[in-house]
Formats: sequence, C-alpha cells, structure tokens
Amino acid sequence: MNARPAAVATGSPTRPDTAGRLFVAGAGAGHEAHLAAYGPAPSSGTDLIRELELSGLTGRGGAAFPVWRKLAATAAGRRPVVIGNGAEGEPRSRKDATLVQHAPHLVVDGLLAAADAVRASRVYLYVRSGSGTPIRRALAERPDGGRVRVVVAPHTFVSGEAGAVVNAVGQGVALPTDRLHRLSETGLDGRPTLVHNVETLAHLGLVARYGGSWFRGAGTLEDPGTRLVTVSGDLPAGGVLEIPGGTRVADVLAACGTGPVAAVLVGGYHGAWLPAAEVDARLSPSGRAVPGAGVLIALGPGRCGLHLTAQIVRYLAGQSAGQCGPCRFGLPALAGAVGELAGRPAVGTEGRVRRLATTVAGRGACHHPDGTSRLVLSALDAFADDVAAHATGRCVAGGRP
Amino acid sequence: MNRTGLHVDWTRCDGRGLCVELLPDLLGRDEWGYPLPHRSTPGRLLTEVPPGSVADAEQAVALCPLLALTLTTEAAT
Amino acid sequence: MNEALWAAGRASGVTALALLTASVVLGVLNRSGRPLPGLPRFSIALVHRDVALAATAFVGVHVLTLLFDPLARLSVTDLLMPFAGAFRPFWQGLGTVAFDVLLAVVVTALLRHRLGLRTYRTVHWLVYAMWPVAFLHAVGNGTDARTSWFLEVAAVSLIAVTIAVVWRLSAWFVESSHARQELR
Repeated sequence: MNARPAAVATGSPTRPDTAGRLFVAGAGAGHEAHLAAYGPAPSSGTDLIRELELSGLTGRGGAAFPVWRKLAATAAGRRPVVIGNGAEGEPRSRKDATLVQHAPHLVVDGLLAAADAVRASRVYLYVRSGSGTPIRRALAERPDGGRVRVVVAPHTFVSGEAGAVVNAVGQGVALPTDRLHRLSETGLDGRPTLVHNVETLAHLGLVARYGGSWFRGAGTLEDPGTRLVTVSGDLPAGGVLEIPGGTRVADVLAACGTGPVAAVLVGGYHGAWLPAAEVDARLSPSGRAVPGAGVLIALGPGRCGLHLTAQIVRYLAGQSAGQCGPCRFGLPALAGAVGELAGRPAVGTEGRVRRLATTVAGRGACHHPDGTSRLVLSALDAFADDVAAHATGRCVAGGRP
Repeated sequence: MNRTGLHVDWTRCDGRGLCVELLPDLLGRDEWGYPLPHRSTPGRLLTEVPPGSVADAEQAVALCPLLALTLTTEAAT
Repeated sequence: MNEALWAAGRASGVTALALLTASVVLGVLNRSGRPLPGLPRFSIALVHRDVALAATAFVGVHVLTLLFDPLARLSVTDLLMPFAGAFRPFWQGLGTVAFDVLLAVVVTALLRHRLGLRTYRTVHWLVYAMWPVAFLHAVGNGTDARTSWFLEVAAVSLIAVTIAVVWRLSAWFVESSHARQELR
C-alpha cells in the first residue's frame, strides 16, 4: 500500500515490483521521466492479447470484464475504434483524474498498445475538462501523440457509461443509447469499438512491456495486479491509493488512518454497503466487497447510513438522463421512499423501497437504475437495525433520524 | 431449436401498454405504465419468449406505436 | 352513366369524410394509451389502421369516379397538383392537398418499421392539418353542402374531431399522466 500518487517515488526500476506500479515516474511525470522509469515503449510485435489473458487483468471502470476478451472480440471484425475512457462520472472518484495528471504517458502507452493489437483505425481519449490540459501536454511530448484525439466529457454521472462515451465521441451527446448489440460488434460509426477505462489502459501498457506473469506479481489469484482506489468519507486522510488486488477493506481504511467505522460503501454510488462486521472482506470483483471503479466511502460511528444513502439516491435520481421511463420516474420515487425511510417511515415504507428498487433494476438503456437499485438494497441489508429503529422514531446513529 | 427474446429500447418506450396486453403471461406494468417482466431476464432482453408466445410477441413488435420492440433469436446453448 | 358516376363520387366523398373523422378520433384515443370497454389497446390500434385504410379506399373511389366523370372536369394532374383544376379550383385544390397528404400518411405508416420512427411520426402529425383541409374541401366543393343530411354529417365530424383535439391537449390526456405528474 505504498505510492500515494502525489508523492514523488524514489528510484526508477524498469520493472516495478509488487504494488506501487502506476506512479513510479513521479508526480506530474513528463515523457522523459516516464521513459526513465519504465523503459522504452512496448513494441507492437508481441502477442498482447495472449499476455493479457495470462495477466488476468480486468476492467477498472467498474464492470471488471476480462480485458483480453474485449480486445479479442473487437479485433475480430472491421478495423475498430479504440477509446480511452477517463470521464469518471462518479463524484467521489479521483483516481482517473489523478492518473491522467501524474501518469498520462502510461495511459497513452496502453491506449496505443491496445489500438495496435486490434489494428484500430482511430484512437480517442475521452477525459473530463480538468484532465484536458495534462493529457494534451503529454500527447504533444510524444512522437506518436498525434494518433490520439482528445474529447472532453461533461461532468455528469452517466457521461462515462460506455454507450454514452461512444455517443459523445461520435455525436457530441454524452447520453447512453439503446444497444441491442455489444460495442465490440458495432459502436462508433458502426465500427467495432473498444472502450477501456484509463486505469485499465495504464495497466495494459505495463503488461505490454513486462508481460502477463509480471502483472500477477502483485495481488491475488482472484484479483491479480494492483488497482487504484479513491477513499473518502469520515476519515482523517482520504485520497487515491494504489493497492494490491485482494487487499482487505480494513487495511485500506487503516492506511488512511481511520479508526472504527459504522460501515463502508464499496464501489461508489452504484456500489454496496459493507457493514462494520465485514470490513475484513477482501476487495475482489467476485467477492463480498466488489471494488467497481474503486470508490470507498467510510461512514464514521455516529453517522446515519440511511441518511447518507437517501442523499446519494436523491443525487442519482437527479442524474438520470430522463431518457428511459422506469429510471426517469422510478428513481425519484425511490429517492422519495428512501428519504422517508431515513426520516419518519410509515408502515410499508420499507416494502415500497424494496419493491421500487427491485422493479427499476435492469430496465434502462444503461446500468444507472441497476446500480442505484444495488445501493438501496444493500443499505436495507447493512442498516437493517437502523431501519427498525427509524420505524420507532429513533436512530441507531444516535437520536436524530 | 432457437431461443426467442424480446428487447425493448427503453429510450423509446412510452408505456402505452399494447405489448402488455398481447403478452400478459410475460409482462405486467409498473405504476407509470411501463412494461415490467414477470421474471427478470439478465442481459439486454426485456424477457425471454417461450415458443407458444412468439406469434403474440411478433404482433407486439408490429403494433408497438413507438417501434421500441425487437425480437431476437439465438441458437439455444 | 354520368349520373351514376356523379352520385358515386359524392357518396364516396361523404363516406370518406366520416371514416377519416373516425380514424382521427381512434388515432387520438390510441395515442392516449387507454383501452375501451371490450376493446383492448392493440385492438384500437388495429381498428384505427383498418378505418384509415377504408377511408383511403373511399377517397380512392371518390377520386377515380370523378376522374371519369365529365361533370367534374377532373384531370390526372389535378390529383397531384392543387389549385389548377377547371371546376371550383380553390375548393378542389384543397381536396388535392388532402389527398396527397393522406397518401403520404398511409404509405409512411405502413412502412414505418422500415422508415423509422422519426419520419413516420413527423408525417403522421400532418393529419392534424390534413383533416381540416379535407373538411373544408367537403363543405366548400361538395354540391350537397346545403342539404341537411350532409350538414349533419359535417357537424358531427367537426364536433368529434374538436373534442378529440381538445382532449389531446389536456394535461391528463395520457393514461399514466396522473402517476407521472406526481413526480415533477
């Protein structure tokens, strides 16, 4: 659990060992520092897809899909388009912006390596407005930087959804679209399209350099390599950390100097609450604590989890693009019901929350309703005692419901 | 034997309810009128369509006023 | 023979007006998403379609009979080009306009799955302009316009379409509008 990105790492190993791989070149690293730290860019001759399969690298944008499979599927048809996704719509996430700020060349290495592996005809980087300057500066430093076109993402929650990314790059509209087929079959201008999170691409750039088995040198069998997490909430020092896959949630919190917590929201606003009793769970896409895009939000003792959940759901309802009826009407209704649950619930409020959360799931062009549903259902689970207490006019967190 | 599925473009669906009438065994409606499958189906499908309901599903696709429905077939695995 | 053609032309015209009116009302009802007792929504959609096709058929008969009727002095160009006719060109021209729009509406509706939603809907909206034009054509061009039975048909049609349009513009038009309004 080393390498806080803001700190300049010492030494310049060409093969960074164990954790702390992504920020080896130091804070705000330029191309020279990048090359000194990681060695020359990977040659495109290697069989990248095979190495990626060996590495076990999964997508770091939230879905945790095996990276090699997406590449293999995209490479099968017409010449594809590759898009690096740094939209980071999740308001509590900082990892992508941090990565683009301090290790832009690793991202571009990965983007171009992926593009070469699938023989892409066009390459884009889709980033938030704040990341535009560092990424353009980095591209200007590189001889191959001209291959990448930069597109700026709006600051909305759904702007980073893969369909919205393709829509934004193609039409300038960062809204999800209906998709009957995978993007690897038909995406931008009908071409097979590969959309990868920028952190995924940074890891991919390292796998292209050092190979799949090197990647497994950190992390666990289930979650090999390292991953970036953004920790926030009731703790002394939050921020972006690079941790080995399979790290216990409790260890991440300890690294941020936190004491006991009431619960942790793992995976961000579309994630799930982990009650205090389970903070020993390991972060893993297949486990109890699914990292998603790596957002951890600590809920301190004496804070009401239902109250925070209600706030988040209200925010998420406001972030519905309003394109799909069940999301447009279902999320505000759900937000209202969760708000009631966090305040003075009536008889049947919990049932209504559960019913609404179950019915909105899976009924939209993107996963916005599904993720919101997951958050709410997990809150009912993790704060079951509090739900019961609120019904009698009290709050487990102490007094104020 | 092919498996048939019904896909809905939620960005188009306005909850007019024709599909729900034609496929009452598969679909109900939520409080805003939008189709709600009796059994949720993972992936991009609104619902799977059993062989006996394929004709009704085709009718629903043809009559949907928003052209929001598509039938998909894939070889059973 | 000419008398028969003339009579058929007038009768089919009035019938077409009545059927177009019924089709517009059914279309508005269809748009509301509400069923009728004993008539589910998909049936309303089908009846709307069938009535519209029947209306189009009667318009076809109306146009064809008058095309062969020397009294009407209608030419093939008048079917497509409005306001160029020999007999009451303005009122006849309205009929031509309505006829052309009707053809476009029917063709785009039948081919909507191929043309896509946007084209189909845009053209379908033209019905709200087409019906008044057809109505004016019937009242202004029709030689029966002074007869009481025709005036009754025309009045009932006008009232029916007016009520349908006023309902269409009301806030509670769509079936689920109450549930959907609560959350605004």
